[in-house]
Amino acid sequence: MSSVAETGHGGTADRHHPDLVHHFESLPAQKEAATLGMWVFLVTEVMFFGGLFLSYTIYRNLYFHAFVQSSRHLNLTLGAINTAVLICSSLTMAMGVHSAAVGRRRATVTWLLLTVALGSVFLGIKAVEYKDKFDHHLVPGERFQAEELHLEGEEARPAQIFYSLYFAMTGLHATHMVIGVPIILILAWMAHRGRFSPEYHTPVEMTGLYWHFVDIIWIFLFPLLYLIGRHH
Amino acid sequence: MTTQIGPGESGPPRPPVPPTIGEPSPPRVNYLNVAYGVKSWLLTTDHKRIALLYLAGVTLMFFLGGSFAVLIRLELVTPAGDLVQSETYNKLFTMHGIIMVFFFLIPSIPAVLGNFLIPLMIGARDLAFPRLNLASWYIYMLGAVFTIYTLVSGGVDTGWTFYTPYSTTYSNTHVIAAGLGIFITGFSSILTGLNFIVTIHRMRAPGLTWFRLPLFVWTHYATSLIMVLGTPVIAITLLTVVLERALHLGIYDPRLGGDPVLFQHLFWFYSHPAVYIMILPAMGVISEVVTCFSRKRIFGYTAVAIASLAIAVIGFLVWGHHMFISGQSTYAGLVFSFLSFLVAIPSAIKVFNWTATLYKGSVSYDTPMLYAIGFIGLFTIGGLTGIFLAALGLDVHVTDTYFVVAHFHYIMVGGAIMGYLGGIHFWWPKITGRLYPEMWARVAAVIVFAGFNLTFFPQFILGYLGMPRRYHAYPEEFQVLNVMSSAGASILGLGYLLPMVYLVWSMRYGPRASANPWQAKGLEWQAASPPITENFERQPVVTEEAYAYAPEEEARVV
Amino acid sequence: MSEHIVSPRVYVAVFVALMVLTAATVFAATVDLGRWNTPVALFIAVTKAVLVVLFFMHVKYSSRLVALAVGAGLLWLGTLIAGVVADYLTRGWVGTPGT
Repeated sequence: MSSVAETGHGGTADRHHPDLVHHFESLPAQKEAATLGMWVFLVTEVMFFGGLFLSYTIYRNLYFHAFVQSSRHLNLTLGAINTAVLICSSLTMAMGVHSAAVGRRRATVTWLLLTVALGSVFLGIKAVEYKDKFDHHLVPGERFQAEELHLEGEEARPAQIFYSLYFAMTGLHATHMVIGVPIILILAWMAHRGRFSPEYHTPVEMTGLYWHFVDIIWIFLFPLLYLIGRHH
Repeated sequence: MTTQIGPGESGPPRPPVPPTIGEPSPPRVNYLNVAYGVKSWLLTTDHKRIALLYLAGVTLMFFLGGSFAVLIRLELVTPAGDLVQSETYNKLFTMHGIIMVFFFLIPSIPAVLGNFLIPLMIGARDLAFPRLNLASWYIYMLGAVFTIYTLVSGGVDTGWTFYTPYSTTYSNTHVIAAGLGIFITGFSSILTGLNFIVTIHRMRAPGLTWFRLPLFVWTHYATSLIMVLGTPVIAITLLTVVLERALHLGIYDPRLGGDPVLFQHLFWFYSHPAVYIMILPAMGVISEVVTCFSRKRIFGYTAVAIASLAIAVIGFLVWGHHMFISGQSTYAGLVFSFLSFLVAIPSAIKVFNWTATLYKGSVSYDTPMLYAIGFIGLFTIGGLTGIFLAALGLDVHVTDTYFVVAHFHYIMVGGAIMGYLGGIHFWWPKITGRLYPEMWARVAAVIVFAGFNLTFFPQFILGYLGMPRRYHAYPEEFQVLNVMSSAGASILGLGYLLPMVYLVWSMRYGPRASANPWQAKGLEWQAASPPITENFERQPVVTEEAYAYAPEEEARVV
Repeated sequence: MSEHIVSPRVYVAVFVALMVLTAATVFAATVDLGRWNTPVALFIAVTKAVLVVLFFMHVKYSSRLVALAVGAGLLWLGTLIAGVVADYLTRGWVGTPGT
């Protein structure tokens, strides 16, 4: 029989740290579990977006010309600006995590709020782009018109597939940001209240992982959606 | 101190009863009575209570899904489509499939038995993320609410497979609500899998190396990998169907150049591995039960453990065998056919090893063992018929017939559900602290086995003779077999109702169980029956291999 | 505390690299590289993603289990895409009986 030996409780100094939950032996163990858990979640997100990337791959190969023409109507400047904005927000988020790890409370709050601001700029620009598509009758459905894309007849129909994927992929991405921004705001508030310390700042780190992942999705969306055949 | 109340006399006389280890009798305070009231249940983070919350949910959904089966079998008693209209019949088999697959088979063993047992089996106080665990139950219930809403507002008729463009364009039923219900519940599955993966990696007791783990934990780890890697794909797939229906974001519409086969690829990329989500946990139960009731170590522990992972991995590579006649490339069909033959091998290894475990074991036929033996036989039949279906040429003949229906019911009902029931009975004393009435339980097990075979064996014949699935009217010459099948279904239904009665009865009137009424190995049997909230008084330390049944017990021949 | 604190200098360096690569991908898209436009764009995107994963997301300083999880996720995504693309690519390679 396995012995039920007395190992007692661990001797780590933070055994009674207020942030240590009862079923973990130590804060580092708890944090490692949280990190692994967040990464497993991000793997599910990879597969979640993956279905759309797969659909994109198939249809781009089937209807390349329609995709080229459809892509050209997207605003390259705004797309590039948005890419830069998101990369900046990843930097500010990383700096926020760093500040929390070294215990700099006010810096943490500042960096997190900057991240929120940049994320909001991204969403604002996205809204402008969506409205532009709406105005130009490029939202899939009954009102879709392909004239502006210089596509006719047979070729015009797959343009709706491009725009369906455009809205689905950027929409899903934007939804992830809409969820992320309030979370970062809440973190900023918690940081302001002194909730984090060098020993415990796991929520900031985990949110950072999420935010960087959202950035990575956009890193792929940008060339795939905006940069097809721009050299024609 | 406690007289050892065995769960009924059976088989050869037991060896002298060793003193119970750990708690000698149920402690005054355990996880069930530590707090009372609705809030203490609805806001619990105790994995054991959450398991019981899930038990309630899946039981409800099982009988709901079963009621559709009753209506289906009633309709099929006569060749004419005379009980319900065609459209209604389409809704019946759709709702039956959706509820049984997504709301019963996928969650049942992991969310009930896995949640309850995994921390106990690895010597932990809880899962890695208890609040996430509770959230997963609420998410499951929310998905169930969407599904019930779909039901009461008129149902959905696309088949549980939601093939496009019927589901996206032409169906006039509640596809969006049904799709959203499954989408939501999928997150419950993902969170459960995530929790299990982190828990098994990070919270094993000192001394509990990977290859000392009970096989139940191995199969749940493999299942969790599938849950985490596969479920998001069905989520996005159903989301695109919902988006296409609601917002005309059409990627499956042939009028725009969309390809319905793309939907099928995305759908089956998850839904094939999903069947391994349904069967792997049951296989874990069987490994635990077969060893305990043979008083023997498992034959080939390492092979069975690795086979679980192999099933999970190879299972992701065979989805195209659901699409042989869809217009998929024949070359791809050949590859998928070959890989489907391959995936049978680890399953076969398990069956051989369970059988070898029984050989020269000291076998007793308590209820869990009856279910386990039934599982081994029925899973073998179901698995072999899967090989028939994996052969391209034969599949062209029997695809979309009752042959397929019989095949998957042999695995999911003859396999998974019998594994579930066997597990419920095996760990019932641990979960409730009570013993169920053994005679009634055995009677029910036999009724289930008989009813099951009478229901589904004729369907192999029907399918081979050409009766299509999802039709409510059929040629007269098929009636006899259909009547047999429906008769079997009523017997099967009785077999499922009996445990509802005697298990509930036992919770109040059953004799109290000791910590280890089966004298089984495994850390969970060292905790009290029922366990305290923290599971163990002291952190267990593991010093020996799994299934270390004593040699003198191993030597007895039945 | 076992945590590895990454210096802000590293972050800024990665940030600069990401911006440069973004400019590069926009520029490369405007040049006609024939069949190579797509691979170049993807290569740049993958490079950017790798930088974010290794440094911003600390995978370079994390356990092997985390690296395994990342690898598994990418492998599975690859399986999904490769498997489905393989169907479309091989249609017509083998005839069906009767055709």
